[in-house]
Amino acid sequence: MKPIVKSIALTAGPVVLREAMRAIRNRRVIRRTPLGDSRWLTVTVNAPPDDVAGDERVRRALDLPGLRVRITPALGGRGTELAALPPDEATAGRTGPASRIAGEDPRQSVRRALRDAKSLVETGEVLRTEPTRPHTPGGKLIGALARRSGGEGRL
Amino acid sequence: MKALCWQGVDELSVERVPDPRILNDQDAIVKVSASATCGSDLHLIGGYVPAMQAGDVLGHEFIGEVVEIGPGVERLRVGDRVVVASFIACGRCRYCEEGQWSLCDNGNPNAGMGAALWGYETGGVYGYSHAMGGFQGSHAEYVRVPFADYGAFPVPDGLDDDAAVFASDAAPTGWMGADLGGVTGGDTVAVWGAGAVGQMAAWSAGRLGAERVIVIDRLRDRLDMAERHLGVETLDYTDTDVGAELRERTGGRGPDVCIEAVGMEAHGTGPQYAYDKAKQFLRLETGRSQAVREAVLACRKGGSVFILGVFVGLVDKFPLGAVMNKGLTVRAAQQHGQRYIPMLLERMAAGELETRHWATHVMPLRKGPKGYELFKNKEDGCVRAVFHPSR
Repeated sequence: MKPIVKSIALTAGPVVLREAMRAIRNRRVIRRTPLGDSRWLTVTVNAPPDDVAGDERVRRALDLPGLRVRITPALGGRGTELAALPPDEATAGRTGPASRIAGEDPRQSVRRALRDAKSLVETGEVLRTEPTRPHTPGGKLIGALARRSGGEGRL
Repeated sequence: MKALCWQGVDELSVERVPDPRILNDQDAIVKVSASATCGSDLHLIGGYVPAMQAGDVLGHEFIGEVVEIGPGVERLRVGDRVVVASFIACGRCRYCEEGQWSLCDNGNPNAGMGAALWGYETGGVYGYSHAMGGFQGSHAEYVRVPFADYGAFPVPDGLDDDAAVFASDAAPTGWMGADLGGVTGGDTVAVWGAGAVGQMAAWSAGRLGAERVIVIDRLRDRLDMAERHLGVETLDYTDTDVGAELRERTGGRGPDVCIEAVGMEAHGTGPQYAYDKAKQFLRLETGRSQAVREAVLACRKGGSVFILGVFVGLVDKFPLGAVMNKGLTVRAAQQHGQRYIPMLLERMAAGELETRHWATHVMPLRKGPKGYELFKNKEDGCVRAVFHPSR
């Protein structure tokens, strides 16, 4: 196998396979609901609920059209659960694999906003990563996955 | 600047890359004076860790001088000589506050990639793939250090770069294995792997009260080094039955704590090793776990196994039945360096902890590919190659 082909297969293969399987699973779940994926997306912030609710940076990060936001104390006094739900009309028909690959799934921007809000409250900033200039097909694929990555995951 | 870059599976080169910049207020830029190779880099180089881009700068164990700080940095000053923890962690999320720094919620901007691999993302790591944040590594003249107040630690005067550099990763990793493995007074501890991390785990076990420490490897020069510097017992697994030998040395009980410091490219003997090699080659498993299996089977009933070696995916033939029926406690972690580094630097400065001898091959950065070749093939007694970018 040519090194470049091997490199692409080894680096991207497991992630692509996992994401594809998850997308198929999600599709099955989504089909059961009339208007798209209606699960709340949630992060736990290491700060008291009043601090989270009163933080202007949280409000700005989650200032997305039609977004419902819920702030509740985490069990055991372990911070604050910050949850958000995009409106059904925004997600309907737009949460499938194609939308996610294209970066057009509305839930991606909500996940990113929740992560940003949590990081801003906890650390005062959102960590940025160094720009890279991939020059191989495998590198470009990894770059594309990395760009989507902040809006993906288990939230 | 010059940097040692990953270019593809088993391909490294020294290239000119852009200098790092301050991207966040809490960043610092460190001029690297020494950067060490680590066994976990070999998994990247060999293509076993996904999400590397050609051109990524390797290296995560380093020491250097702060040359620039962002406006949000409060504790560090330009000119400070610092050792930097290999994991990038914020210091303020719940995990960091609990001392589980490598699990930081805010240190990895590429959260979805880590979550896809492991269910949840971990913190970021320098030069360790885009699944671990995509941060550029330390085998370079300069490196960007995010959350610098929490990840960079001033080095006491008089400590040599080639000794102090190991406070970045190898030393805290080894200490963590003994600490979180639960070593207590009177224990017998067995350590698989006589590299720097394994030797450090053995040393730490002694400091935490172990009465007997046995280090297992196949490389005679590393076993000799462990005997000479640590005064521990050793076993060469190529010329003995490790399980039988450990039973005999522990009155038939088995070691109380077993620490695995080998990782996903474990060597071994016999048909099981051939089986693992074949399955890993075909990507039907991502890690060869022979040392973990041996540790689980050798451990006494009710004992503890700590996995320090890096694994990224799936392993085959894990003896879960032994874990369950013997009532073992199995723990694992990437290193929580920030928790241990200040204490270890103090011990180094006091002359209690010696690490300089691990730097068997000190060389300029331009010889990086050769350094990794020596390190990977364990040639010339190489325990660690350490690069000096300024040479």
